Amino acid sequence: MSTLAPVRRWLDERLSLDDLTAPLRKKTVPVHRLTYWYFLGGMTLFLFVVQVCTGMLLLLYYRPTANEAFESVQYITTKVQFGWLVRSIHSWSANLMVFTAFAHMFSVFFLKAYRKPRELTWLTGVLLLFLTLAFGFSGYLLPWNTLAFFATKVGTEVAGQVPLIGKPLLVFLRGGEDVTGATLTRFFGFHVAVLPGIATMLLLTHLLLVQFFGISVPPKLEDEWAENPSKRREMKFFPNFALRELMAWYLALAALGSLAALWPWELGTKADAFASAPAGIRPEWYFMFMFETLKLIPSKILFIDGEVLGILAFGFGGLLLLAVPFIEIRTRRLGSWLLTGAGALVIAYIATMTIYGYLPK
Amino acid sequence: MRNPVRNALMNGSIRRSLLTIAVSLFVCSLAFAAEPAPANKNSCLDCHSLLEENLKVTPEQFAQDVHAGKGLTCASCHGGDPNSDDKAMDKSAGFVGHIRRAQIPALCGKCHADAAYIRRFNPSLRTDQLPQYLTSVHGKKLAQGDEKVAVCTDCHGLHGIRAISDTQSSVHPLNVAKTCSRCHADREYMKSYSIPTDQFAGYSASVHQEALTVRGDLSAPTCTTCHGNHGASPPGVASVENVCSTCHALQAQLFDTSPHKVAFAAAGQPGCVTCHSNHRIIRPTDALLGPGPGSVCSNCHSPGDAGLQAAGQIRTSLEALDTKIGSSDQILKRAASSGMEVSDAQLELGHAKDSSTKARVTLHSFDPKLVQKDVEAGTKITDQAYQAGVQAMHERDYRRMGLGVSLAAILAVLIGLKLWISDSEKKHD
Repeated sequence: MSTLAPVRRWLDERLSLDDLTAPLRKKTVPVHRLTYWYFLGGMTLFLFVVQVCTGMLLLLYYRPTANEAFESVQYITTKVQFGWLVRSIHSWSANLMVFTAFAHMFSVFFLKAYRKPRELTWLTGVLLLFLTLAFGFSGYLLPWNTLAFFATKVGTEVAGQVPLIGKPLLVFLRGGEDVTGATLTRFFGFHVAVLPGIATMLLLTHLLLVQFFGISVPPKLEDEWAENPSKRREMKFFPNFALRELMAWYLALAALGSLAALWPWELGTKADAFASAPAGIRPEWYFMFMFETLKLIPSKILFIDGEVLGILAFGFGGLLLLAVPFIEIRTRRLGSWLLTGAGALVIAYIATMTIYGYLPK
Repeated sequence: MRNPVRNALMNGSIRRSLLTIAVSLFVCSLAFAAEPAPANKNSCLDCHSLLEENLKVTPEQFAQDVHAGKGLTCASCHGGDPNSDDKAMDKSAGFVGHIRRAQIPALCGKCHADAAYIRRFNPSLRTDQLPQYLTSVHGKKLAQGDEKVAVCTDCHGLHGIRAISDTQSSVHPLNVAKTCSRCHADREYMKSYSIPTDQFAGYSASVHQEALTVRGDLSAPTCTTCHGNHGASPPGVASVENVCSTCHALQAQLFDTSPHKVAFAAAGQPGCVTCHSNHRIIRPTDALLGPGPGSVCSNCHSPGDAGLQAAGQIRTSLEALDTKIGSSDQILKRAASSGMEVSDAQLELGHAKDSSTKARVTLHSFDPKLVQKDVEAGTKITDQAYQAGVQAMHERDYRRMGLGVSLAAILAVLIGLKLWISDSEKKHD
């Protein structure tokens, strides 16, 4: 008899643990050649947890003011025991999380897992992806280094181009007309309080919905299995899938540790508001496709400002992404194929523009 | 009570009439204002713009002249009355056609040596150009009747004189050397003066010229910085050090206390230029020091003498410091490229480089002990920076070892998990 058995029994008497965990025990995961894509959601969750843990550790030393932010991060990376590791893991994990969130979104998109009844799961997922990008944008400024300072300047300027609400939005984001210490404090607030609060609520909803509706089966396979039920293959979520997911998390941890130890995240030089912008200012890689697009758009398209048009197009793209489950009509095969083709084109566009952004010019 | 005037004004026909008059006046005033004001007649330019060669002065050329901008006219220098075609060249109106070269300094000085007059245009402009010119080699020779020497217009131009701050001005710092070279690099023109004509070629290869034109440092020396502008003359053997010391003050102070000060004076050698040359002042290197090839010490010192030994000693210690700085720089760069945070050490190493520069200033004392002091200060910083680099590399290796251990542990866990999964699935099968 396990030593934990009395504890479990004690809890079970009070919380009915067996009833609570019953859905988990019943939950199954479809097994097919694309099962590996199911790990991406869990991996994003793991990286989010890493972000929360390392973020809390960084909070012990970080100071969100223009005078102290850079020095405090410098202190963390040079003087605090394992501070370099925590900071580096936080930065790398943020980037990996954006990557896995995108990959998870596209896998759900191509596996058609957003279809009825999972529309709300898709909506919360896409909103979480947007929040992840907001986390990245707000966190990028916090070390208060030159690159981040000017990239934030450019990024908020882009936000300022939004028709009608652009100017108030810019002032709201910056805490004034320019990027100053007020912007840093504001971004810090967004990064450690506002965004985590919203993200936690959305994440819980998302997980609850995933739990409620179960794991989706790709439509083609679902049809096959419906025709021939003997072909249906599933594994138990717990422990079979959970242990495999745990393996994936360990792999992610190994990747994070390797990146942090071999390529510690650079700190750069302290931001100087009076210095001229250094050459090669660019945003984080996940904003690169938008940045490059806005750069390439002609200044005027017909009578509309090119940049404004670009921003509107990206805004519209975001809305389209949210509306994906409502755009596709399942009964129409053509609609499904068109959407898949559009998704492939979007991936190709993002990849091309991102690579183009990093090419020497 | 009713006001008759007000009543009349309120009358519609009167109001309309008043409105018509007001509008007409407004339109007329606009038309009047739009009409260009009649320009003053300048009969000098009317003719001279059509003439050829030396007599040609175009309105555009004259408009660029700094004097024209202040309201001066041709008559300000040449007399006459430019407002009248008849009296334009009337000698009774003070017209002077060709102004002889010998008269030019005095003519310019008429205004430029008059402080009260100049103050009306530019209170900060000096008014000692004429007295200075008269003391210059140019001025003295002109007074002796040599009209080949430079007068005001040779350097400043004739009818398109621009402000010195104008980069197109022939006396803007960037253009001074070229302006001087027009005469001083002309071997034929300078034949009768028996002075060298390679100054411009030498200066063009100098560190000063590089600072001025390549780095754009307008405070870097050009001809007039050392020779003076209006009072231009060679500094002379005894004053060379004073001239250089206006910028290189520390070097000059140290040189004054050095044994070379007395030795050079006794040998009739000009201070600084004995080692650094005058116009072709190239960037000094350690090769100038000590007994080796390219050394300037060997020009006077004999092999084995105490002076040459001291110079060799100074060179050795300077080179040793540089080698150490190089090693520290290298290890810190290696650590930085491995992602280690060594910016503080790199900043400190910058101070060691400052010490190295300072030691090269101190060597003008030609005292190995004094130089050694700076070298030691630099060496101390360099050693600390090197240690920081070594520590950073150790830390890097420690991190990599930690990574290796962690990866091994993760691999072990992964294998364990895989075995657990296989085992539990086999049991269920």
